[in-house]
Amino acid sequence: MEYILLIISAILVNNIVLTQFLGICPFLGVSTRISTSLGMGAAVIFVMALATLVTFLINQYILVPLNIAFLQTISYILVIAALVQMVEIILKKVSPPLYQALGLYLPLITTNCAVLGVAIMVIKRNFNLVESVLFAISMAIGFSLALVIFASIREQLEINDVPKGMKGVPIALITAGLLSLAFMGFAGLVK
Amino acid sequence: MNQKSNFLKGFIRENPVFVLVLGMCPTLGVSSSAINGLGMGLATTFVLLMSNLIISLIKNFIPDKVRIPAFIVVIATFVTIVDLVMAAYAPGLHAQLGIFIPLIVVNCIVLGRAEAFASRNNALSSVIDGFGMGLGFAFALTLLGSVREMLGSGSIFGMKFIPANADGILIFILAPGAFITLGFLIAIINQLSKPAKS
Repeated sequence: MEYILLIISAILVNNIVLTQFLGICPFLGVSTRISTSLGMGAAVIFVMALATLVTFLINQYILVPLNIAFLQTISYILVIAALVQMVEIILKKVSPPLYQALGLYLPLITTNCAVLGVAIMVIKRNFNLVESVLFAISMAIGFSLALVIFASIREQLEINDVPKGMKGVPIALITAGLLSLAFMGFAGLVK
Repeated sequence: MNQKSNFLKGFIRENPVFVLVLGMCPTLGVSSSAINGLGMGLATTFVLLMSNLIISLIKNFIPDKVRIPAFIVVIATFVTIVDLVMAAYAPGLHAQLGIFIPLIVVNCIVLGRAEAFASRNNALSSVIDGFGMGLGFAFALTLLGSVREMLGSGSIFGMKFIPANADGILIFILAPGAFITLGFLIAIINQLSKPAKS
C-alpha cells in the first residue's frame, strides 16, 4: 500500500515537470510531436531508473563511508554522463532496433536536470533502495505522461491562429501553466 | 565586439531567459518571490563567472574529446562551493532554493557559455561574458519573481503593500503561475522587440 501511494504521489500529485519544475528543457524542446515525446519518455524512464540505482549505491557505499558526501554533485553528474554514454554504446551493440528508437534522445538526457534532480531527491528523503528505484521510475513515468499530454495539445495548437507575440515559447508556457493547473486537481489525492 | 557590448548583450539582446530560453527549470522553480529569484540569479552569476574564467585559462590543455566532461567538473566544483557557502552563511535562502542549488550544474546557460564562449575567447572577455550573462539571468529571475510576488502575495522583496488582512492571488506563487507569468513576460518582450528587428 505504501508503495502504491508512493507511485501515485510521484506520477500525479508531485508531477516532476508540472509541479517540481524539473526537466523543463526537454519538455518544451521535444514536445512538438507525440511520437518523439514517446521516444523521449521511454529513454528517460530507462536512464532515470538506472542512474538512481547507481548513484544510490555510490552514495551508500562510497560517499557516506568515506565521509565525502560534499562531493555528491560532482560525482553524480559524472556518473550520469558516463552512464548515458555507456548505455548508448551497449545499446548500439546489443539491440540496434532499440538504439534506433532511443538513440537520438540519449545524449540529450545528460543535461536533463530531472535525472540529477531525482538522484539527489532520493538521498534527501532517506529512501531505501527499493523505494528509490520505484520513486525514480514513477517520476519518469510522470515526466513521460506530462510530455505526451503536452505534445498532443501542441499538435492541436499548430492549426490554431495564435496572436503574433504569443507564437512559439509564450503560448507553450501558458499551455503548460493550464496543464499544471489541471494537475493541481490531484493534490489531496494522497496525503 | 567591444567589451561594453559584450557585457550588455546578456541583459536584453541575448538575455538567457527571455530570448535564448535557457535555464528554464531554476527560472520557474525559484521565482516565487523577488528575493529568491535574486539569490538564485547571483549564485548562478558566481558559477558562470568563475567557470568561464577557469575554462578560458585551461582551454589549451584540455584535449578536444574530453572537453565536455572537463567543463562539467569545473562547473560542478564551483556549484559545490556555492552550495557549501550558502548553507553556512544564508541557511534560510539555501533551504528555500533547495534542490535547485546543486542543479545549477545542469543549467544549460553555464555549460552553454563554457562551450560557446569561454572555450574560444581569452580570460578577460570570458569573465565579462560570464558576468553579463549571469546578471542578465539574475535580472530575468528577479523580474519574474517580483511580478509573481506582487500578484501572488501583494508584496515586493518581502514588503507588503496591500492591507494586512488581504491576500494576494495565490495561484501566482504556485506552479501554474510560474508558467503563465513567464509566458506573458516573454510574449510582451517579443511584441516590443518585433518592430526593432524589421
